[in-house]
Amino acid sequence: MRPLTLLFAFAVSCASTIAASAQEAGKVTTFGLDNGMDVVVIEDHRAPVVVHMVWYRAGSADEQPGVSGVAHFLEHLLFKGTDTLAPGEFSATVAANGGSDNAFTSYDTTAYHQRIAADRLGLMMKMEADRMVNLRLSEADILTEREVIIEERNQRVENSPGALFREQKDAALYLNHPYGTPIIGWRHEMEQLDLDDALAYYGEYYAPNNAILIVAGDVTPDEVRALAEEHYAPLPPNPDLQPRARPTEPRHLSERRMTFRDPRVSQPYLTRSYIAPARTSGAQQEAAALSLLAQVLAGGQTSVLTQKLQFDSRKAVYTDAYYDDTSMDVANFTLVMVPTPGVSLEEGEAALDAVLAELIETGVDAGQLERIKFQIKASHIYALDNPNSIARRYGNALTTGLTVQDVQDWPEVLQAVTGDDIIAAAKKVFDRRQSVTGYLMGPEQQTPLQEVTQ
Amino acid sequence: MIRRFVLAVGLICGGFAAHAEIDIQQVTSPGGINAWLVEEPSIPFVALEIRFLGGASLDEPGKRGATNLMVGLLEEGAEGMDARAFAEARDGIAARFSYDASDDTVRVSAKFLTETQDAAVDLLRASLVAPSFDEVAIERVREQVLSGLRSDATDPDEIVGKAFYSAIFGDHPYGSSENGTIETVTALTRDDLITAHRNALARDRIYVGAAGDISAEDLGALLDTLFADLPETGAPQPADVDVQTTGGVTVVPFDTPQSVAMFGHKGMKRDDPDFFAAYVMNTIFGGGGFEARLMHEVREKRGLTYGIYSYLSPREHAELFLGRVASANDRIGEAVEVIRDEWSKMASDGVTPEELDRAKTYLTGAYPLRFDGNAPIAQILVGMQMDDLTPDYITTRNAKIEAVTQEDVERVAAELLKPEDLLFVVVGQPEGLEATVGQ
Repeated sequence: MRPLTLLFAFAVSCASTIAASAQEAGKVTTFGLDNGMDVVVIEDHRAPVVVHMVWYRAGSADEQPGVSGVAHFLEHLLFKGTDTLAPGEFSATVAANGGSDNAFTSYDTTAYHQRIAADRLGLMMKMEADRMVNLRLSEADILTEREVIIEERNQRVENSPGALFREQKDAALYLNHPYGTPIIGWRHEMEQLDLDDALAYYGEYYAPNNAILIVAGDVTPDEVRALAEEHYAPLPPNPDLQPRARPTEPRHLSERRMTFRDPRVSQPYLTRSYIAPARTSGAQQEAAALSLLAQVLAGGQTSVLTQKLQFDSRKAVYTDAYYDDTSMDVANFTLVMVPTPGVSLEEGEAALDAVLAELIETGVDAGQLERIKFQIKASHIYALDNPNSIARRYGNALTTGLTVQDVQDWPEVLQAVTGDDIIAAAKKVFDRRQSVTGYLMGPEQQTPLQEVTQ
Repeated sequence: MIRRFVLAVGLICGGFAAHAEIDIQQVTSPGGINAWLVEEPSIPFVALEIRFLGGASLDEPGKRGATNLMVGLLEEGAEGMDARAFAEARDGIAARFSYDASDDTVRVSAKFLTETQDAAVDLLRASLVAPSFDEVAIERVREQVLSGLRSDATDPDEIVGKAFYSAIFGDHPYGSSENGTIETVTALTRDDLITAHRNALARDRIYVGAAGDISAEDLGALLDTLFADLPETGAPQPADVDVQTTGGVTVVPFDTPQSVAMFGHKGMKRDDPDFFAAYVMNTIFGGGGFEARLMHEVREKRGLTYGIYSYLSPREHAELFLGRVASANDRIGEAVEVIRDEWSKMASDGVTPEELDRAKTYLTGAYPLRFDGNAPIAQILVGMQMDDLTPDYITTRNAKIEAVTQEDVERVAAELLKPEDLLFVVVGQPEGLEATVGQ
């Protein structure tokens, strides 16, 4: 296993400002602090606002076995006190300065962000640096906040049969990798999370050499550098930080099928998820082909699934296809099919498979591919209106083993994909042995009572 | 005719100042359509926000869901193009159109690149002025709407809203979902959609905000291209409703682990002289953020929920003060009790000077941050026009917040918050919560 500092080569080699290349890169500057913290600055001087983010290269997939949900639990606890901030004071201070703040946890990353007037950036850095190393938690904080995350799970998952279905599906898809464990955690393990669990995760992963600072908005790289030197540079790196080494997937030899019934389901549907390769630094071609495959299948009204299943045969009310290009170790390619009333899930699945087979047989329509590529070009122009979205693109990439160069190459890698590349990727990924097909259904049909009594 | 206002959005707090130059141009097209524009040439695209006042509330009796289905069909073919041809043309120039019907408006949002502006505007015009309402497309989109209605029927978040609004508004359009019901949507005909189109999309109810790489002259021409062929007037707007509630709890039994509750009563009109005092009061009481009292008492102190909030909801024809919370079935009773206590406390005891200062600092500081892109600016411009504000509102708004006194907040809290009128609708299997209001 390569050490982390080599995985993130830019962190070592970009100690001085890199003159960014071409398109959006004209506004993106990166550098590193001596303690190993990486910095990305995205300039947008149209409004006096900044987004300040700290991303950690640690998410739920970095948890120890048995404490699922602790990464997300800790994310909540970071809004409790430090040596110098009372519980709740962080957010209260942001609000008192007119800003808003929040945080999120995913499989591969945990990120904290504030949106605030540009002249308050230093205050944000001061507080964010403080809670990176000085968190102080009480037993009472832990108990109350554990109830909050259980209510969060109730809201997001337990109250939604679709979410329960996805959770079961992911658990079946990944045979060994922790992506099969929900980010928010399994309920029975969440109920047992304690202070030691949270502090163990904090101690291991919250350090400047495991973090990326991203500032987007009305600020110059020099200003960010000066403030970062003041607030983040004094923090000591964690010398014991280990490379990220998650369990990896074995060969997938057997197709998996599941049916989930819940009385709360009134619109049945089916999904199929295949194991797929993740974006790989320096070799993003296959991931780009899969991204375009998802567009070809379900990117709008002229896409293949929409045309064949919603317009022509009218067997589906809705179809979708997506590939997650922000996954670190391994990804999945997922298809969704919501059948029209009167069409069974089995019939819907057969129709879906027939369309996939036909696409592989006939290839990608040249006109469609041209439209998709033009839309991708346009999306980079539209994205300039929202520097926050650019910040997230960098944050996701840099916490999942990609580099600044990979992010900046990605648009061109996408444009270089051919129809043949897309079909080759489809052939490789659409292998039922590495898939889970799930049916989400209502309860078994019961004979209506009045028919029994009549 | 073009009038131009150059405004600096500013705030002073803690000795610092944030300024955003917002240069609003009032544009009137040669054909007489008004729009507000913020010209911002640095990114080569335009964001356009269009509203038609009336929206789904213009549905005719027995035709609930007609406006919604009609709006869903606007991108499904026009002027000889079928749905596919329209989509190919739109995607081929990377234009993005979205169409949406809500209670008070039909909303159209568009983004297009400067280099393909003419083609984008032609397509958008066709979709608004000459939609085909092709029978095949009607059936396809109808099935999508019906599928959504089937899903909503077992979604506690949807069930709670439906039950709450039905209890308050009854037969008024606000009392039912703008999507209609399985029965009404199934029965809609092509003629119903043509009628809904004529009723909702008319020149006497258009509001436009634009931001991006376009001049006032070009925007004026664009407005006439888009709207000249729409009828001058549409259906009359529905009647106003005086909201009356009976305080208590209604339970809608539904087998799910977490109960979802919606609560509230009559609110305040947007043009009420006390609106700012009420807005500041709600920020302290249940507005977003961890500092609000409801969030503090229900989540931070007791861990009873992941999220709780309240908000003023001034609609065109009725005003509500509303909130939402979700708690496990065995804890929702306690959450309801805490909310009731807080309601009474705010009504009788008012706020502290510290709370008032914090809320004002937050609101005045957050305001300039809203103007951070073409798309959000276009939305703000259209919202200001619908609220009958003038362009200089941007510079006076924070002063109106600052002018709110503790006495104002306490007077408004006592007038607005009526514990005896506070209605809770709870969907779930709540334990230890007595239903006190019949269904």
